[in-house]
Amino acid sequence: MEITSNWYLILSALLFSIGAIGLLIRRNPLVMFMCVELMLNAVNLSFVAFGDRLGDIAGQVSVFFVLVVAAAEVVVGLALVVAISRRRATTTADDLSVLRG
Amino acid sequence: MVEIIVFAVCAAIVLVGAVGVIAARNPVHSALFLIQTLFGMAVLFISLEAHFLAAVQVVVYAGAIVILFLFVIMLLGVDQAEDLNIEPIVGQRFIAFIVGAATFVLMVATLAGSSDAITGQRQATGPLGDELTDNNNVRELAEALFTDYVFAFEATAILLTIAVVGAVVLAKRTSGEMLPVPQNTLEIREADYQARVDARAAELEANAAAAAEAGEDGSAEASSAAASDDDTADDEMADAEGGDA
Amino acid sequence: MELLDLVFLIPAFPLLGFLTLLVIGRSLGEPLAGWLATGAMAGSFAATVLVYLGLRAEDAEDRIHTQTLFEWIPAGDFSVDVGFLADPLSIAMCLFITGIGTLIHVYSVGYMHGDEYFSKFFLYLNLFAFSMLMLVLGDNLLLTFLGWEGVGACSYLLISFWFHDPANATAGKKAFVTNRIGDVGFMIATFLVFFTFGSITYSEFLPAAAGMNQTTATAITLLLFVGAMGKSAQFPLYLWLPDAMAGPTPVSALIHAATMVTSGIYLLTRTNGLIYEAAGWSTNIIAWVGVGTALFAATIAIAQTDIKKVLAYSTVSQLGYMFLAVGTGAYVAAIFHMITHAFFKALLFLGSGSVIHGMHHDQDMRNYGALRKLMPITAGTFIIGWLAIAGVPPFAGFWSKDEILLAAWDLGGVNGKALWAVGLLTALLTAFYMTRQVMMTFFGRYRYNDATPTEIELAWDNRIAASQDDVDKAIAAQDAAKENVEKATAAIGTAETNLEMMRNNVPVAETNVENAKAALAEATDENREQLTAQVAAAENGVIAAQTNITNGETAVAAAKDNVPVAEQAVVAATATRTEAEGALATVQHERDATDIPEGASLFGEPDVGPVEEFLPESVAERREFHPHESPWTMTMPLGVLAVLSIVGGFLNLPFSWNNKWWHHLEHWLEPALAHEHKVLASGNTKFILALVAIAAGAIGIAVAYNVYIKGKGPKPSDIEKPVLANAWFYDLGISNFMGGPGRKLFDLITWFDANIVDGAVNGVGALVRGVGGSARRTQTGLVRTYAVGVAIGAVALIGWFVLRAAL
Repeated sequence: MEITSNWYLILSALLFSIGAIGLLIRRNPLVMFMCVELMLNAVNLSFVAFGDRLGDIAGQVSVFFVLVVAAAEVVVGLALVVAISRRRATTTADDLSVLRG
Repeated sequence: MVEIIVFAVCAAIVLVGAVGVIAARNPVHSALFLIQTLFGMAVLFISLEAHFLAAVQVVVYAGAIVILFLFVIMLLGVDQAEDLNIEPIVGQRFIAFIVGAATFVLMVATLAGSSDAITGQRQATGPLGDELTDNNNVRELAEALFTDYVFAFEATAILLTIAVVGAVVLAKRTSGEMLPVPQNTLEIREADYQARVDARAAELEANAAAAAEAGEDGSAEASSAAASDDDTADDEMADAEGGDA
Repeated sequence: MELLDLVFLIPAFPLLGFLTLLVIGRSLGEPLAGWLATGAMAGSFAATVLVYLGLRAEDAEDRIHTQTLFEWIPAGDFSVDVGFLADPLSIAMCLFITGIGTLIHVYSVGYMHGDEYFSKFFLYLNLFAFSMLMLVLGDNLLLTFLGWEGVGACSYLLISFWFHDPANATAGKKAFVTNRIGDVGFMIATFLVFFTFGSITYSEFLPAAAGMNQTTATAITLLLFVGAMGKSAQFPLYLWLPDAMAGPTPVSALIHAATMVTSGIYLLTRTNGLIYEAAGWSTNIIAWVGVGTALFAATIAIAQTDIKKVLAYSTVSQLGYMFLAVGTGAYVAAIFHMITHAFFKALLFLGSGSVIHGMHHDQDMRNYGALRKLMPITAGTFIIGWLAIAGVPPFAGFWSKDEILLAAWDLGGVNGKALWAVGLLTALLTAFYMTRQVMMTFFGRYRYNDATPTEIELAWDNRIAASQDDVDKAIAAQDAAKENVEKATAAIGTAETNLEMMRNNVPVAETNVENAKAALAEATDENREQLTAQVAAAENGVIAAQTNITNGETAVAAAKDNVPVAEQAVVAATATRTEAEGALATVQHERDATDIPEGASLFGEPDVGPVEEFLPESVAERREFHPHESPWTMTMPLGVLAVLSIVGGFLNLPFSWNNKWWHHLEHWLEPALAHEHKVLASGNTKFILALVAIAAGAIGIAVAYNVYIKGKGPKPSDIEKPVLANAWFYDLGISNFMGGPGRKLFDLITWFDANIVDGAVNGVGALVRGVGGSARRTQTGLVRTYAVGVAIGAVALIGWFVLRAAL
C-alpha cells in the first residue's frame, strides 16, 4: 500500500470539517479562533500535498503566506477579544448580537 | 511501510488533537490540543518534503500563536469554562454536524471523481514523489519567495506591521466609553441570552427525566429507537448525561 | 517653433487666469486681481497675434491648422477630440475677442472700483473669455457647444452679479431660460449632423456636405438657426438681452454686445457649407427674421429712456443686420459688421458706463443733458461711436452696414428689394435713436439739477399741506375767541350776582347797628365801653358794605366792557380764517392750473418757483453732487475703441487702388468661406445705394436733432409712444400667457410630477421598506448563525462543482 496525496487530502478534508464544526458549535471566541486555525492548517496540508504531487514549490510558498496572514489575523482578533472583554464580564460570541434586526 | 506508519500515527495525533480542540470545555485545554495537532502537522510536512514549513509550523504556530492564545486566556481568566451541554441556538448543532459531514463527503467525492474536470489540472490520486529537483527545500523556497513572489512577500511585511499597529490601537486603554452601545441594550441582550440558555437547559432536563422514566419502565427498545431517530439529539443527551455525571 | 502650434495658448491664458483667481483671487483683492485677469487676456491677445502671423505666413489654401490636444469622448463610432481649429475665420474672431476683451478688462478695473466682489467679477470675466475662445476655436460642434454653454453660464453669473437685488437675479434667470430654448435647437442639429455624416468635426463633415440631401440640410440649418436665435437674441427669443443690462456695464459691453451675442452668427458662418445645401426658403427665413428683428428692435429703441436699454435694443437690431447678411449669403459682410459692431458698440456701452459711473448710477437719459462739458473724453468718444453706428462715412459702421444692404439688394427680385428697403428703414431709425441718445445725454440743457415730476408733485403736496395747516390754526384761533366771548358774558352774570349779594349785606349791617345801639342804651357801667366799641364796629360794617356795592358796580361795568373786546377778537379771528381758506383755495387752484410735465423737460427748466422751498431733500442732495469724468483706466479703452471705430472700416473697403482690391477681410476669410455670395451689382449701383444709405442716415440725424435740440416738429412725447416704450407689449404678452393659460399646463405637469412620478418613486421606496422590514427578522445578530449560512453556501458550491463534474 502506498501513501498517495489522496490520503493527505482526505486527512485535510477531515481536519477541515472538524474545524468547521467546532467553529459552528463553540461559543467562546478564543476557541472559535482556534477552530479557524484548524481549518487553515487543513488547507495548508492540502497545499503542501498538491505542491509535492505537482512538483511545484508554489504550494509551499502559499502556505508561507497563509501562515503570515493567520498570524496577523490572530493578533488583530485577539486584540478585539481583549477590547471587548474589558467592557463586559462574559465573552461569548452569542452576546455580541447588537446587530440583531 | 515506514511511511504508512508515520502517516497513520501522525493522522491519529492530528485528528485526536482537532477533536480535542472542539470538545474541551476549558479553553486552556483547547489550546493544548491545538498544539498537539500542530505538531502532528509538522511531522506530516516533513514527510511531504517541506522541511522549512515544518520548522516554521512549530516555531510560529506552536511557539507564537498558541502562546498568544494562552496569554489572552490567562489575561481574561482561566475559569471561563464553557458549558457544552447547552446549545442556546435551536438546531445549530444539528446543522453544524450535517454541514461538516457534507463538506467532508463532498471533498472526498471530488477526489474520488475525475478531479481534473474541476481544476483542469492533473488529478491528485497519483503517487507522491514527483519530487523537486533540488533537495534543499529551504533554498528553493527562498528562491521562490524572493524572486517570483517578492512583491507578495513585501505586502505581507506591510500586513504584519498594520496588524501590530491595529492590535496596539485596539488593545490600548482608551479614555471614555469603549462601546457606543447603550448599557440597557447590552443588559437586555445578555438577559435574553441567559433566558435562552436556561430554557434550553430546562428542556434538556425534562427530556432526560422522560428518558430515565422510560428506562425504568424497561422499554429500552423505545428509548434506543428514539435515540437513533436523531443523532444530534442522541449526542446532546449523551453530553447532558456526561455533564450530569 | 511653429507659430501655429501656439493656438492652444489662446484659451490657456484665460483658463490659467481663472484658476489662479479661483484659488487666490480673494487674497489678491483690488486692484491686483483685476490686473492679473487683464494680464491673462493680454497674453491671450499676444498669442492670437502670433498665431495670426503664423497663418499669414502660410499660403492662402493652407491656412487651416488643426491642433488636437487629446481624445475627449471615445465611444464606439462616436469620437470627439479636444482640438483647436485655427483658420482665418476663427483667428479673426479671436483677434477682436481678445483685443476688445483686454480693453474691457482694463476698463473694468476702473468701473468695478470699490465693489465688494471685485475679484469674483474678474474670475467670471476670465472664465467667460476662456469659454468664448473655446467656442470659436473648437474644431467640432460639441466643443463649440461646450463653449456655447460656458458663455451662457458666465452670462447668467454676470447678469445677476449684483444678485442681492432680486430684479438682477430674475434677469439672469430669464437669460438662462430663454437661451435653453435655443440650445435645444443646437443640440438636435448636432445629433442630426452626427446621424448624417458620422462625425461632428468641422473639417470632416463640412467637406462631406456638398451634394447632401436637401431636406436634411434644411433641417440642420433651421435648427442651428434656432440655437443662434437664442444666443444672438433674435425675435422671438430676443427678450432676455434688454433685461441682461442689469449686469455691470463692462459685462454688457463684452458679453452682450461685442462677443457672446455674435456667436450665433459665427456658428452659421462656420457651417456655411451646410447652409449652402439647404433649401432657399430656409436662408430666406434667416434673412427675414434678421431684418425683421432689426426693424422691430429699432422701433423700440426710439422710446427707451434708460441709456443702456437703448443700446441693448440697438444691439438686437444690429445683430438682426448680421443675420440678414448671413441669410443672403454675405458671410464676409456679416463678419465685417460683427467686427465693426464690436468696436463701436463696445465703445458705446463703455461710454454709457462712464456716464453712469459719473452720474451716480443714474441711468435715466432724461436726467442728463450737456454732459459734454463735464465729461469731455467720454462725450468725444461716444460721439465717434454714434457717428459709426449711424452710418456716417468714413466711420466703421457705414462700410459694414453698406455691405449688408448691398448684399440684400443684390439678391434681386422683389424679395431682395424688400429686404433692402426694410434694412434701409432700420438704418434711418438707427440714426434717429442714436442721435436722440447723444442729444439727450451730451447736448441740450443740463437737467441733472432739475426737480423730477414726482419731486415737483411732492413739493406741491408739501405746499398744500402747509396752507391747510394755516387754515387749521385759524379755525382753532376763531374757536378760542368765541369761547372768550362766552366767558366774558358769563363774567357779567357773576359780577351782577355779587352786587346783589352786597346790596343785601347793607340792611343786615344797619340792623346790626340798631341792635348795637339798643344794647348800648341798656348798658351798665361794666360793659359800656365794650358795647360802644361794638356800635362803632357795626357802623364800620355798614360803611364797608356800602363801599363793596360801589366796587361791585365798578366790576359789573368792567365785565360789560370786556364783552365787546372779545367780540371784536372773534371778528378778527374769523377774518384770518377766511383769509387762510382763501389762500388754500388759491394754492389748490394754482396746483390745478400748473401743468406738471410728464417727463423731464428737454427745453426749459421746469417751473418750480412757487414751490421752490417745498422741494424734497433729494433735489438738494443732487444739486450738491457734480458729475465728473472717469479715471484713466476707463477713458483709455474708450480712446482705443474710438480710434478703431474710425478706422475699422478700412478692413474691407469696396475700392481698388493700383488694381489691388482693398477687400482685405474678404480676401483673408476666403479660405474659410467656400460659399460666399459674390456681389454682381455694378459699380454705379453700389455708389447710388451708398448715397441712399447716407441720405437715410442724414435724415434720421436731422429729424432727431430738430426734435430733441431745436424743439421743432413733433414733440418727443408724440414719438415715444408707450407701445414702443413697452416693446410692443411683447414681454407683457409672454408674461400674461405664461401666467394665465400657460400656468394651467404647468399646473398639470406639476400634478403629474407630484402624483405619478413621485408616486412611482415613493412606491418603490415603500416596497423596499416593506421588504426590508420583513427581511430584518432574519438578522439574529448571532455570529454563529451567520457562520452556518456561510458554511451552507460553501457546501452548496462544492456540491455544485461535484455535480457539474459528475454530469
